[in-house]
Amino acid sequence: MAGVRFWREFDTRYRMLATRCPQCGLVYFPPRTVCRKCRRSSVGKMEKVPLPPQGTVLSYSVVHQGQKGFDAQVPYVMAMIEFEGGVTVVGQVVDCDPEDVTIGMEVKPVFRRVREEGASGVIHYGYKFAPPCFPVCEDESLASPE
Amino acid sequence: MREVAIVGAAVTRFGELWDHSLRDIGLESGMLVLMDAGMETEDIEALFLGNMSAGRFIQQEHIGALIADHAGLADRGIPATRVEAGGATGGLALRQAYLTVASGAHDVVMVGGAEKMTDVSDQDAEETMSFAADQEWEVFFGATLASLYAMMARRHMHEYGTTPEQLAHVAVKNHAHGSANPKAQFRNKLTVERVLGAGRVADPLGVFDCSPISDGGAAVVMTTLERAKEITDEPVIIRGSAQASDTLALHDRWSLTSQRATRLAVRGALSQAGKELGDIDLMEVNDGFTIAEIIALEDLGLAEPGQGGRLAEEGVTALGGDMPVNTSGGLKARGNPPGATGIAQVVEIYDQLKGRAEGRQVADARVGLAHNVGGTGATVTVHILEVA
Repeated sequence: MAGVRFWREFDTRYRMLATRCPQCGLVYFPPRTVCRKCRRSSVGKMEKVPLPPQGTVLSYSVVHQGQKGFDAQVPYVMAMIEFEGGVTVVGQVVDCDPEDVTIGMEVKPVFRRVREEGASGVIHYGYKFAPPCFPVCEDESLASPE
Repeated sequence: MREVAIVGAAVTRFGELWDHSLRDIGLESGMLVLMDAGMETEDIEALFLGNMSAGRFIQQEHIGALIADHAGLADRGIPATRVEAGGATGGLALRQAYLTVASGAHDVVMVGGAEKMTDVSDQDAEETMSFAADQEWEVFFGATLASLYAMMARRHMHEYGTTPEQLAHVAVKNHAHGSANPKAQFRNKLTVERVLGAGRVADPLGVFDCSPISDGGAAVVMTTLERAKEITDEPVIIRGSAQASDTLALHDRWSLTSQRATRLAVRGALSQAGKELGDIDLMEVNDGFTIAEIIALEDLGLAEPGQGGRLAEEGVTALGGDMPVNTSGGLKARGNPPGATGIAQVVEIYDQLKGRAEGRQVADARVGLAHNVGGTGATVTVHILEVA
């Protein structure tokens, strides 16, 4: 069944686990099983590692003619997010106005429903990106455990 | 390797061809090219077909057999091979035909490219086009092909100061060229104001920054130079043919503002041809999006990195300029049925070198270059043609 295709990617889509080549230290997201630099000698040695908690917007586009399954979200921001160590990831930037997105802006991954139910009947969840200081965090009374 | 020459080249009309099926389009381009070459179906020893996604556009696979059958070639049992590489499908099919003749495997080979995109909705067609990028890690999260090129455009603007007006000049130029091409999908002229004022697709790209959804076909017949000389006094020789790859996903590239596969392919093609960029008289390059032409011309070596935006703005790449680019109208105005596009580019170069590009002829054109890109730059082919 078609749903299996998405279960396989849970580690990556839900937890953003990357792989790292222990020989040269290069980190890959989405994960790779063969290092682009070390190639065959890296097979079987790649380690699962988490991505850094925060990245910056390298470039972005405000999408008005949405991808299929994203009609309800237009206009939405697709961006290229760069993490420390050189990993770049494509994803939506949410929880802010499209006009407020800028190159160099800091973002953190958030867990969201990604798109409408597809032909397989599965509702897809995964990562999007949001400004790290979501306004509510600035209110100390709310941030405090008391 | 043997020297290979083109002895016939043809395109169908590009556009929304409601009354034509993929079979009709494939067959028409094949018959047109046979007439142009003065050959019979029996002369063809092998057939290559560029088709990106008939499985999604018309629920039909096995396109090599389909077109060979309807061209009347099935009874003779000649090999028919379908080739796919996203938007670079046509260029790749052409290269396979070239290698087949160059290697000595066959003497006379036809390569056709055809795509029928308008049997599905615009959104389904755009979705399929975006599958030439990385479905799992780009498209799944909402990226369209336009949005990925838009990210390149935004970064180009950020790093080099390229302006929306410079992007618009690419569309204005290519529509002006297309207005002189009777086979082009769009023959209307644009103004910079109109391009900038158009609805947004994926900001900073608007409707007129993007190539359309198109039906259309193109075909070429090639043979050995020796045999070509028996057919014509002015064979068009394929001097260089090169192909290069890069990462499938844009996010895995080393740069958002340069396509390395273009740089590798042009280097390979020029080296094989024994030419320099200065020897080239005209080019057909990938302008699936306006930013794509700007980046292509930088990677091909026509401008320094970041300076490609000036070329269309200053008229360098217009008909009558120092280096006419996309005299056919390009993907933007001629249209972009991906299976056919890379071959249609070579047909335009052929027509120019033969001096039969009526209404848009480049004076004294001897050497031309065709540059075809798949996805966001994961496959690139470059071909260099010279008229003997």
